Amino acid sequence: MEKTRKELKVSAIENGTVIDHIPAKNVFQVIRILNLDECQEQILFGTNLESKKYGTKGIIKVSNRFFESEELNKIALAAPTASIIEIRNFQVIKKMQVEVPGTITKVVKCVNPNCITNNEQVITRFRVVDKIDIKLQCMYCEKMTEKSNMVFL
Amino acid sequence: MKNKNLIAIYDYTREEQTRLLDLAEEFEREPVQNILNGYVVATLFFEPSTRTRLSFESAANRLGARVIGFTDSASSSVKKGESLKDTILTVSNYADIIVMRHPRDGSARYASEVSPVPIINAGDGANQHPTQTLLDMYSIRKTQGTLENLQVAFVGDLKYGRTVHSLTMALTNYKTTFHLVSPGELKLPSYVKTHIKEKDLKYHQYTNMDEAIRKADILYMTRIQKERFSDPIEYERVKNAYILNKELLENAKENMKVLHPLPRVNEISEEVDANPMAYYFRQAENGVYIRQALLASILGVK
Repeated sequence: MEKTRKELKVSAIENGTVIDHIPAKNVFQVIRILNLDECQEQILFGTNLESKKYGTKGIIKVSNRFFESEELNKIALAAPTASIIEIRNFQVIKKMQVEVPGTITKVVKCVNPNCITNNEQVITRFRVVDKIDIKLQCMYCEKMTEKSNMVFL
Repeated sequence: MKNKNLIAIYDYTREEQTRLLDLAEEFEREPVQNILNGYVVATLFFEPSTRTRLSFESAANRLGARVIGFTDSASSSVKKGESLKDTILTVSNYADIIVMRHPRDGSARYASEVSPVPIINAGDGANQHPTQTLLDMYSIRKTQGTLENLQVAFVGDLKYGRTVHSLTMALTNYKTTFHLVSPGELKLPSYVKTHIKEKDLKYHQYTNMDEAIRKADILYMTRIQKERFSDPIEYERVKNAYILNKELLENAKENMKVLHPLPRVNEISEEVDANPMAYYFRQAENGVYIRQALLASILGVK
């Protein structure tokens, strides 16, 4: 911690959640998915930062917010490489890797305009058939929603 | 299989499918049985489908059940803006089982989640139509004596034809060799081919019918719709290439039978109807037996 702090591009927070290793181009999407644009707490973020592991990355630090697992699922789709770090008193309390779950509920819109979920009040549910390239099969209409045409609800 | 929904063909195991085919045979031998006396079958057709609806209603009537329902959403409360969920919850108070056809993909799966009574999917949009698949399987088994190791040719619109997709997937359980005849624009989608490859089965693709007809035990014809083509000139070019006539059947194997989910437009010349290989009207008849088998087994009387 000490040796990296002097190089931090995005300042440390006292309490809250750090979302690190977000694919640089998806930082704003993660902000949108987590409704951070409506969050009243202090939010620091950076993108196109250097990353040893991924080349570039984005990072978001949200003060005084800790996330539910349902919300983390949403991040997993836009930022499958993200790590979630909980901070209290500047100390790392918990560190976890975001994982794409086997099923996705209520997060993504089905790509098929004729799907019942786009026409009645039905909560979307998908089977994740490809966790790396992100391919979701709708449990209702069975059509595939892929990363390129994914719309978050 | 009591109370078991039928939404997609793969909801039923191979063993359960076989049991239904056996039961359908029993109903073919004795179609009129008063075993569903006192039961009410609801047929909810949110979009019209004459054949499927009549065949379900015929099946129910021959077993002594009463049928209630509507034949298109214009004559139902859907027109007033009622949700599918509310319609299903209401009708489930009046019926022991619901047969539904709906224009939206996935509507039947959703209905089965909210319904306290079992649902039979009679077609949900472009997605699934499992009772068609079962009656196709029944027709194949009946005419060939087996479902195993057959040469099955599909002709026409293999891209959008959901009956072709479902039947193909169902047949991959039976070591089928597939002969796929279609214009380039309407080839079988790769997600269906994947199922063939996963089972290590053979498939051959053609753009003309001759060779496939010579090899086939079953020739499954489908309609090519003009609106499927992005280029109308391409449609004009291929539309006559997939019309089955008497001459083409001269090279067929003796045991070969021609199937078609109907309605036919012009893809099978009427001169073929009198040929003993033409089986499509018998195929439609078989639909009643397979639906009798479904109603009886889901309602728990067989």
